[in-house]
Formats: sequence, structure tokens, C-alpha cells
Amino acid sequence: MAETTGFDFAKNIRHALGDQQLRKNFKFAMGSMIQKRRLIFADEAEFEQLRAIGSAIRTRALAKLPELLARLEARCTQNGIQVHWAETTAEANATVLEIMQRHGATRMVKGKSMVSEEMHLNHFLETRGIEVTETDLGEFIIQLAGETPSHIIVPAIHKNKEQIARLFQEKIPDTPYTEKVEELNAIARRTLRRKFFDGQVGLSGVNMAVAETGTLCLVENEGNGRMCTTVPPVHIAVMGLEKVVEKLSDVPPLLRLLTGSATGQLISTYFNMITSPRRPGEKDGPHEVHLVILDNGRSRILTDPQFRQTLQCIRCGTCLNHCPVYTRIGGHAFGHVYPGPIGEILTPQMVGLREAGVLATASSLCCACEAVCPVKIPIPGLIRELRNASYTATPTGRVPGEGFKRNLPETLVWKAWEKVNRTPALNAVVTRLAGLMGDKAPRLGPLKLWSRYRTPPQVARRSLHAMTRAQGVDDE
Amino acid sequence: MSDTARENIMRKLAAAVADRPAQIPETGALPIPALCQAEKIEQLKHFMQSVRGEVHVVKAKDWVSRLQDLLRPRALKTLLYGPATPHGKILAAGWPPEDPGLPRLVPYAAPVEDFKSELFQLDAGITGTLGAIAENGALILWPTPEEPRLISLVPPIHIALVDAGNIYCNFSDALTAGSWKAGMPTNALLISGPSKTADIELTLAFGVHGPREVLVLVLEA
Amino acid sequence: MRIYPPKPETVYFFGTCLVDMVYPDAGMAAIRLLQREGLRVVYPQAQSCCGQPAFNSGFPDEARAVARKQLHLFPKDYPIVVPSGSCAGMMHRHYPALFAGDPDLALAEEFAGRVFELTEFLVHVLKIRLEDRGAPVTVTWHSSCHALREMGVIQDSKSLIRQLRNVTLLELENEHECCGFGGTFAVKQPEISAAMVADKAADIRNTGAGTVLGGDCGCLMNISGALQHQQVPITGQHIAQFIWERTNG
Repeated sequence: MAETTGFDFAKNIRHALGDQQLRKNFKFAMGSMIQKRRLIFADEAEFEQLRAIGSAIRTRALAKLPELLARLEARCTQNGIQVHWAETTAEANATVLEIMQRHGATRMVKGKSMVSEEMHLNHFLETRGIEVTETDLGEFIIQLAGETPSHIIVPAIHKNKEQIARLFQEKIPDTPYTEKVEELNAIARRTLRRKFFDGQVGLSGVNMAVAETGTLCLVENEGNGRMCTTVPPVHIAVMGLEKVVEKLSDVPPLLRLLTGSATGQLISTYFNMITSPRRPGEKDGPHEVHLVILDNGRSRILTDPQFRQTLQCIRCGTCLNHCPVYTRIGGHAFGHVYPGPIGEILTPQMVGLREAGVLATASSLCCACEAVCPVKIPIPGLIRELRNASYTATPTGRVPGEGFKRNLPETLVWKAWEKVNRTPALNAVVTRLAGLMGDKAPRLGPLKLWSRYRTPPQVARRSLHAMTRAQGVDDE
Repeated sequence: MSDTARENIMRKLAAAVADRPAQIPETGALPIPALCQAEKIEQLKHFMQSVRGEVHVVKAKDWVSRLQDLLRPRALKTLLYGPATPHGKILAAGWPPEDPGLPRLVPYAAPVEDFKSELFQLDAGITGTLGAIAENGALILWPTPEEPRLISLVPPIHIALVDAGNIYCNFSDALTAGSWKAGMPTNALLISGPSKTADIELTLAFGVHGPREVLVLVLEA
Repeated sequence: MRIYPPKPETVYFFGTCLVDMVYPDAGMAAIRLLQREGLRVVYPQAQSCCGQPAFNSGFPDEARAVARKQLHLFPKDYPIVVPSGSCAGMMHRHYPALFAGDPDLALAEEFAGRVFELTEFLVHVLKIRLEDRGAPVTVTWHSSCHALREMGVIQDSKSLIRQLRNVTLLELENEHECCGFGGTFAVKQPEISAAMVADKAADIRNTGAGTVLGGDCGCLMNISGALQHQQVPITGQHIAQFIWERTNG
């Protein structure tokens, strides 16, 4: 399904930077997440060892992906889980709808799933007469507000408790205004308990799927995930095809990395490992479990030896937390399902550079994300590669939309820069001229943008080249 | 539709990984610490208590009477259990039939379809465990026909029995020692405490959709 | 952990284009520091830029062409000392990948192995001892991202400041957060960059220090420019120049 066009990144950024409440909310939240993560991974040497293991597990899984997916499907099927494949989000949506219609189901309860956001599943089902209730508290809040998630792990992080209190009062019947967090949670619990009870189909994502045993693993703190996957008679799990791991023994290190990086916890409240629907003699659990495996461009990303590292991601969200850009503009400004550093590399690859290549400019390449990524994705390097792809004169099909930014003025600027810096005599002339201008260079182009917020740099009258010559520093 | 999609996807994936070397290096593993039982119990207690779990170490032969002592002040009306489990039988055998200070035992004996309304009104549920993990304070549950999953989810209080000899140092330890890969249950579970969320301003609040209290009895021989 | 060579007799100095054009005094101060330790410093006059601006902006071919020029200017087996974590990081960490599959790859790898950021060289190779001759002063320190994350030299830089006994180092609350320069990022995303440098400037002001020190002229240009624009009387200075002035009397 095509992303909505009319994505104006510059406008979104301006709007976000001007929203003082938003900036305050994000600054507090990201600072808190950084601190919690630092505490849980206090031993840096241990963290490096652990994430080397995490990276190896994910690399190995991607290297063997078709084999592991085949094994996963075989085990799941053997255990009674019905496996479906979808190349596009349209196919995935159609599959979910078909399962619901087969059961005459009109009420779905949902656990948090970023893949379901990719699918725009809620809108798809709601326009076909199906009631979809988000049960993760953060997702529940933004569903009431009619918004999309602004963070991978804490979707409502952009809202403070006053905003949530007002929202609950306005949108949930018979609800008084209260800012007390315990009371807000109690309201959500009461409202959603009824929905779990009445739910006909439960939908969840998958944090990791173990090929060895055909097991779907889910991480959660609230208990809504267990409710969605145990109470209704039908459970549908949707999963990006890269989420498979080879062995059960791969799970503990990844789980430790995921919970530590995502929320600064040693372990989540619940870790569910689902291997089959209700077995004979069992008294609860869904009678049917479905797994929908979604491609949506991942198979193409796997093709490129460098870009395939993007697929190592375990969706912990810590790159967002550490990003100085994300902290200041929040998740909605990115205009697509995945924000932050991972969003900057994943989105252009999924929807093309023409639509989303601009996201790759929203980075100072500070490398804070790379330093904390639990599976060692070289995010800054991949941002750089996307910039290269944006300007390349020789497309190779690595990313859709290569060369879209190619333009004469910029090409000439860099060609001139190259010439000057390759030609010592020319460099000397340019340096001398700039030195004569000092800080009086005309404020055009980059200098104009620079000067809006800073005094322009003062080019020295005498360059270091000239000084070293004058001081008799050896040339060779 | 799904079959064509599968074919197309698998074909693309196979082509994508065709350049990969045949030998992919194995992953290293973190060492499993060597802890004695007392140390494991201490660690389990520490981590569970840090997220509002309540842990009591009791003598195995006394667990039913200890449980009764812990439940009296709570004034609960009902306690859900699996009657066909070994601990379920011991519980029922040791439970006074008409004690107003203790909850009535409710057996989970029928499929949830026939039991749902009552289930959602119960005060507490008690389960056994496969064991527990010291490193992060997690209980291991392997639900069975005799002990359904919803016992540890729906009632607001979850009581769990842990055999002190079944506490593992870490998750890897539990997986290997228990040979999990030989056969996984419908829904294996790690539970590290009462349900919680920090979705509102990152303020931690307990008791969301899962139990708001987890009461653990560690049974020592 | 990097393995450092013993103290050599001669070193190359790669000034960097920003030092050359905007902060030549800092470059000269660094050269003087090295000479004072008894080294012969060689400054090949044909040098220009490490290539990073183009490399980060999506123009790798142009970056490689400029980088290639530099590769051939430092032929002898002397360490190459660089007064910038960012440029040192470009050459030490990225040159090998930049020349992958290129006839100059071996040269690039050999070159990269000889590149040292100034403060790591002073601390680990020269084991420099500093005697503070200046009046008491308070300073704060900004960790440039590449010095921190690509070269890992921040502790070295700060240890030099701490050797100066009349200097009080007041640390920033968010020392490790990017100042928003990012090379062309400052002009590609000027508002975000401005928001970042505004926060960095506020953090600096809050320390009460009179001077902010840094090891990277890009950051200094950015931070000083913002402080001056806000008419805040705090000066930014390169650590080499600061150390030279304090110890030269």
C-alpha cells in the first residue's frame, strides 16, 4: 500500500520544533530512557560481549533466512499453527479479513504490533465494519486520539498526563477528569477488560519466531498481549519475515538485549512462547492460531550486502532514545511508520528515496545510535550509503529512486570543491581570497543559513600553510 | 494467494542469500554462573521484590498452612486452582470446607467457554511452576490440561509455587537443563511479577491487565 | 585498545582544512607542542582536506579523489598527527572502506594505521607532562562525537586539562550530546542544528565556565558562533592552543 504523498518533512520539523510542550515531553522521556538503559547495562564490557552475540545471532538468521522460514513454517504447521504468506500489506490485510469473515467475527482486540501499523490494519478493518480495540495502553491512548504512534516502544510518549486525562474524559463514557496515573490506568483496565472478554479475534505481533521449535515469542509488561492471545478463540500473529531466529538457545541473549535496550528492564513482566493452538484436553487458549508472514520490501533489502544489516533490527527503539534529532522533533515529524535512526534507513528502502530520501538528511552522523544498538547495525554508515544512493549517477538498483537528488548546482559545488582540494596551487589561491574576505563573505546559500543562528566564521588572514612556511616548518 | 506469495517470497530470498559463504561462524555464549541453591533463592527474591513481587521461603510440608496464613488478612472470596495437579490435590486435601476467613476453592474443571463469566469474577488463582530463573526473577510456567493458562492471568492475584531445587541460574541454563527444544508446550511463560506499565509519562504503575499481585512460595525440602 | 608506537623522532602534521582556514593559531600551537617535546614536525605544503565533507554528503567519488591526493603526501613511515577527532576518524576509520577495491587500498590502510588524533598522541606516545603557568581559570569541555565514538580519545583530552593545576574543569550536564554541527547537516537541516547548538550553548552557560574547550574546530565554530550570536561572553578555544598558552608562560 503506498504511503500517503504530501509528506512535507520541513514543515513537520518546523512544527515540531515550535511545539514547546512536545519538546519538553520528549526531552524528559528520552533522558529517562537513556538513564534506565545505562543502569541496566552498567558493565560496558559485558554489554559489548552480549551485543556481539546478538549481532551474530541476527546475522546468522539473515544469512539462512529462506531455510529458517521454511523450517519455521514446517514446525508451526506440524504444531497446528496455520501459516500464511503476504508479499504486500494489501495481501496481509486481505488475509486477516478473510480469517475474520470466515468466523463471522466483528470484534478484534489487538496487542501492540508495528507490522500492523505498516499494514494500516486498523483503518482497513474499521472501514469494513470491524471494531478494532488497541489494548496496549499507549496504543489505546493514541487510538482514542486518532493518532499514530510516535515511538516504537512507547507510542503515546508525546502526550503528558494532562493531555491523557482530558482525552479519557472526552472519549470514554462516564469518565471523570483525573491526572492521577493510577486512576488513568484503572480506567483503561476497566474499559479493556470488557473488550478482552468479548473479543472474537486477538491479534498480536511477534518479537521473535524460533525456527527450531516453531515458537512465536512475545514480550510485554501489561498482560494485554496474553489476554489477546489466550482469551479469544482465534489468534492471528503478524510478523515481518526477518524476525525469525534459528534456535531456542538464541532467545535468552536477544531477550536480555531487547528488554534492556527497550525499557531498561532485566526482563519484561511476561515473556510468552506460543507453539500451538489449544491442544486436546486443554481448557483455554485459542482453537486456531494463524501466523501471517509479511514481506513488504524486506526481500529486496536482503539482497544488498550492506543494506541487509537493516533487517537485523529487533525493534527495541533505543536508537530513537539516544538520537538528538529524534529527541527534538519526535516521531510524527518523520511522517512514516518507523521514526528515528532505524526509520531513516528502513523507510527509504521500503517506500523509495523519492518519497523518503529526505529522512537521511536528518542526521548529524553523531553515531550515538550505533554505540547502543543491541545488534550492532551500522546506522550512520547506512545513512551515508543512502545519501550516496540519493546522488549517484550510476544506479545499481540497491534502493528504489537512486539518483533522485542529482542536480547541477550541487554537483558543480562538489566538483569545484574536489578540484580546489586536489590542486595545491588552486587551494592556496582560494584560501588567500577567503582570508582577505575574513567574515565579510557574501551571505549566500549555506552561509546565509548558517548566519541565521550563528555569527559567520572568521577566515584567518594567514592560513596555517602560510604560517608554517613563514616559521620554517619542514615540508618533507 | 498465499501459495503464490510464498513461492515469490522464497524465490527472492533464495536469490538474495545466494552470495553468502557456506560456513557462517557460530555465536559465542555467555557463561552460566555457578550459584548454589541459597544464592539462587536470594537472587530470585531480590529481583522479584524489586518489581513488587512478594516472595516467601517455606518448608515444603508446610506450604498449605503458610498460604492460609498469608491469605487470611486479604479476605478473598475465591481461589482458582487446577484440581488434577499434584499440588492441587494437596491444596484441596488441606483446605477447610467452610472457613469464612479463607477463600472458597474453585476448580478450573470445565473449558473456558463454559466458565468465562465466573472466571473473570474470581479473586485469586494458584499455579505450580516448572521452576524459576534467579538472574532476572522470573517464574517459568508450562500450562497443561490440568493447569490452564488463564489461572495466572485473569484473577487479580496470582499465587505461584516454586520448588527451590528448580531454580535456574539464568534463562539459558533453564533451556538447556530442561531440554525445552525436545518439546514445547502450547504456551510456555516467563512471569517476573505483577503486570505494569509506564506508558503515561514513564510513570510506573502496577496492576494493568494481568494480576496486580504475585505471591510466590519457594518450597524448600 | 589501540597499540601505540614508541616516541619517534619525526612526525607528520595534518592540519585539516578548518584549522588551515579558520583556526591556524591552534594548528601552530599544536606544532609547537610537538616541537617542544623534541620532535621534528613535517607539514607537507601540498595537503588540503581529508575529504569528509563530500564523504558525508553523498559524494564519495569526489571524497576519494581528494583523499587519494593526501595519501601520497605522507610517504615516510612517520606517525600522522591530526588536531581533530573528526578528521582523524575519517582517515583512521573510513579511508580503508573508501578505497575498497581500489589500487590504492594497501596505501590507504597503511596510511590509516599511522593516523593519530593530537591528544591521544600527546598522552600515549609522548607521555607529555604539562606545567601550568597561567592564572586560575574555569573551563568546560565539549566532547566532539567523532573524537568520542570513532577515536575514543575523550579521556585523553580531559586528562591533559586535568594536568594543568590552575585550571578548574566544570563538566557539562550533557557532555556527550552532539552540538549539531555535523558538517553539512548544519546547512541541510538548519533549524534542527540550531535547536541542538542552542541546548549545547545553554549547557555551557550553566556551568559558569569562562571558556569552552574542544578538540574539533567544526564544533568550536558552531558553538562559538552560536554563543556570539546570543551575545554570551564565553570564548571557545581549541585544546592545543589552550595548552600551549598555559604552558608556554
